Amino acid sequence: MARLVWRRLKRHKLAVASMAIVCIVSLLCLAAPLVAPYDFDRIDLGSIRQPPSPEHWFGTDDLGRDLFTRILYGGRISILIGLLAALIGTGFGSLVGALAGFYGGRVDGLLMRFTDVVYSIPTLPLLIVLASYTQAGALSMAVAVGVLSWMAIARVVRGEVLKIREMEYVEAARSLGATNARIIARHILPNAAGPIVVGATLAVGNAIILESSLSFLGLGVQPPTPTWGNMLMDAQATMASQPWLSIFPGLAILLVVLSVNFLGDGLQDALDPRAELR
Amino acid sequence: MVPSAGEIAPAMATYVLRRLVQMVPLMLGITVVLFAVIQAAPGGPEAALLESDRFIDPAVIEAYRERLGVDQPVPVQYARWLGAAVRGDLGVSFSTTRPVSEMILERLPATLELMGASFLLAAVLAFLLGVFSARHQYSAFDHFGTGLSFVGIAMPVFWFALILQLVLGVWLGWLPVAGTGTIGASSLGDHLLHLVLPATVLSLRYVAGWSRYLRSSMLDTLRSDYVRTARAKGLSERVVVWGHALRNAMIPVVSVMALNLAGLFSGAVITETIFAWPGIGRMFVQAMFARDYPLLMGILLLGSSMVVFFNLVADVVYGVLDPRIRYD
Repeated sequence: MARLVWRRLKRHKLAVASMAIVCIVSLLCLAAPLVAPYDFDRIDLGSIRQPPSPEHWFGTDDLGRDLFTRILYGGRISILIGLLAALIGTGFGSLVGALAGFYGGRVDGLLMRFTDVVYSIPTLPLLIVLASYTQAGALSMAVAVGVLSWMAIARVVRGEVLKIREMEYVEAARSLGATNARIIARHILPNAAGPIVVGATLAVGNAIILESSLSFLGLGVQPPTPTWGNMLMDAQATMASQPWLSIFPGLAILLVVLSVNFLGDGLQDALDPRAELR
Repeated sequence: MVPSAGEIAPAMATYVLRRLVQMVPLMLGITVVLFAVIQAAPGGPEAALLESDRFIDPAVIEAYRERLGVDQPVPVQYARWLGAAVRGDLGVSFSTTRPVSEMILERLPATLELMGASFLLAAVLAFLLGVFSARHQYSAFDHFGTGLSFVGIAMPVFWFALILQLVLGVWLGWLPVAGTGTIGASSLGDHLLHLVLPATVLSLRYVAGWSRYLRSSMLDTLRSDYVRTARAKGLSERVVVWGHALRNAMIPVVSVMALNLAGLFSGAVITETIFAWPGIGRMFVQAMFARDYPLLMGILLLGSSMVVFFNLVADVVYGVLDPRIRYD
């Protein structure tokens, strides 16, 4: 299965390139202490507000901190939040969708009406309220974003499960005496993996954007820990005089989210068994 | 058999009525969740009122405590709040001591204006982009459009806004970067100039989404038999594309557009804050910083109602445009 998907994904050049970009950026950020040319919080008053140069690729900020270094460190938190939030949202959404689809009837009605309710509340404003309650750390940020990004996945998974539960292999497992929990975990969810993986991938990009929006309003992870979002927030005031401080963190977000979305798009084609091979 | 218009109207009326009835439990569910969220505020909603350093008229505090009945169990508090909300009483703002509904109504026109302008702009651009991409599938323009829409979706909105402000506002000086008019020199033209940047920023995401959607829907339609017939009759390509094909191709897109109208409300929070646009979105952010819970709750309720309402609009529009849809 995995090999087949990989073979089909390989045909999608853009998706492969995007995957490479995501991997490289993530690895660079992860290895920030090893690869970064400076310390992320080292203040160097001798070289403040410098535009990009060979010594400081992306320039320096008001305190002479190297922007390239800070982007690498910021990426760790931003990408971590994206992954964690996507994991939480996808996990919860799949669970809700699987339970609703599998049990049907009143369980389905109750869970899906609940999904409708949460779906009807505008996400960003609600997230802003939730984020204002918490001490803004990476973990609470990821939880807040994750808690509000499960609804679409729940609906998709429910639809898949409705189809899968009528399959003969589910019947077969049941006749062999498998419990409901086992059927859901071993037979149904693995066969709904396609849309779940695609949904999770797209959720990563979405979560990174949401984190940066919250940071922009001052509700994100607080300095001195850099994230791409709070670097952008700091840079707003000096947009005109030191544009590089805003341009590079924004480009970092754009690059990663764009790649993640392209990858999700490619995965969607690769995982769809009905799609024609070109 | 295709039902006649006379048959559709009563069916549609029943359908709309049924949907309206279904909305009641949905709206109730929304109020329960919103109430729970506000209750979950650290120390409860009234704690913010009591602990704040601001001077708040003791009468307001008293009125709020009384209305919520802070000493009462939470379900009772909810029932009281709901009872007042149904009558249009959303409470009194902590920060201004004015009725929340009055504050919202005051700011609503600015937000609706921004949403409307963005919607129009996005619709025009998306239709041009989508139709043109479909007519020239796999052309350089088509690939450019696809790339552009991916970028549009992946770009943080406020970053796009900052860059537009910098380039078009500060460097080139073509457009004003904030507010709704030049102080002392306001005119309609001046006001519209101030609308350009916020509306562009708010519409970006939808231009990207709708144009791709219309493109694929248009590609399907252009392959259908009736389009071939129209061409065979010798109609010009322009009439075939814009007259015949577009009418069917736009059906699914228009219903998505109606759905997304409510999404513009979410987007307005960031856009209005950046461009100092005096609408509800900006008021929401200010209310958040002031921990003005009645106001936050009122705005969230308005936003949710918009979502529910535009969901219905989307379904009805779909039915009106596509007589093949049956309501039974």
